Amino acid sequence: MALDQSFVGRTYPPTDPYEVGREKIREFAEAIGDTNPAYTDAEAAKALGHSDVIAPPTFVFAITFKAAGQVIEDPQLGLDYSRVVHGDQKFAYTRPVRGGDRLSVTSTIEAIKTMAGNDIIDIRGEVHDEAGEHVVTAFTKLVARAAKEA
Amino acid sequence: MTATISYDDVEVGTELPARTFPVSRATLVRYAGASGDFNPIHWNEKFAKEVGLPDVIAHGMFTMAEAIRVVTDWAGDPGAVAEYGVRFTKPVVVPDDETGALIEVSAKVAAKLDDDDRTVRVDLTAMSAGQKVLGMSRAVVRLA
Repeated sequence: MALDQSFVGRTYPPTDPYEVGREKIREFAEAIGDTNPAYTDAEAAKALGHSDVIAPPTFVFAITFKAAGQVIEDPQLGLDYSRVVHGDQKFAYTRPVRGGDRLSVTSTIEAIKTMAGNDIIDIRGEVHDEAGEHVVTAFTKLVARAAKEA
Repeated sequence: MTATISYDDVEVGTELPARTFPVSRATLVRYAGASGDFNPIHWNEKFAKEVGLPDVIAHGMFTMAEAIRVVTDWAGDPGAVAEYGVRFTKPVVVPDDETGALIEVSAKVAAKLDDDDRTVRVDLTAMSAGQKVLGMSRAVVRLA
């Protein structure tokens, strides 16, 4: 069943702040095998002009995707998450995520389409720091594949 | 932000050093823990096959994270990445053996975007087992 178009443009309340841990960044960098010292060594990050260790470019997805759960699990929207695959992902940065950041995400449904029985939903997550400054916007496209005829 | 590559030194068509990233089941378990994405299609072969996949597959976000390393290693400063987007076209299938899978990433400067902002667009290609696993894979990078 096609998703309700009236949800396009809906914005959900900002999430409670997520505090970015330096050891969490280290764990993530190790998991992707990336030894860039800007992720683990504050002095190396400062030498590049950052005030603290920074996170790899895709790190913030864990935070924005959790926030997108507000949309995905909205019972009124009725998305069947068991059929959902990740279609596209994009990040647009004002500045990199840093250790110690307290980040809040505001999710908005940008578009809803139905193509060949697949429901396609675009979610924009605006990430702000504790001072209210923009850090990054995450654009996430999810595709709920058409249910097979019984 | 201090990228080590100068905007003036690159031209459209400049190739970045290509890289090959290995992925094993252990890599995926570690990534699941670090990212918080515990979807069983990334670690449970029985479950993956039940939902119609050929085998366990890598997280799309893992592949995306590996691919951009070609850009961040080249630029020097990971904070030089201003934009990064991909389309997940094919899954990276990770067999349960000694070698696992390989993600082969190449990239080149596709456009010089803004002489004042010193930004370039880098187009990436990510392949695994002979198939393109990321489509429309592009980054905007601010150079020195």
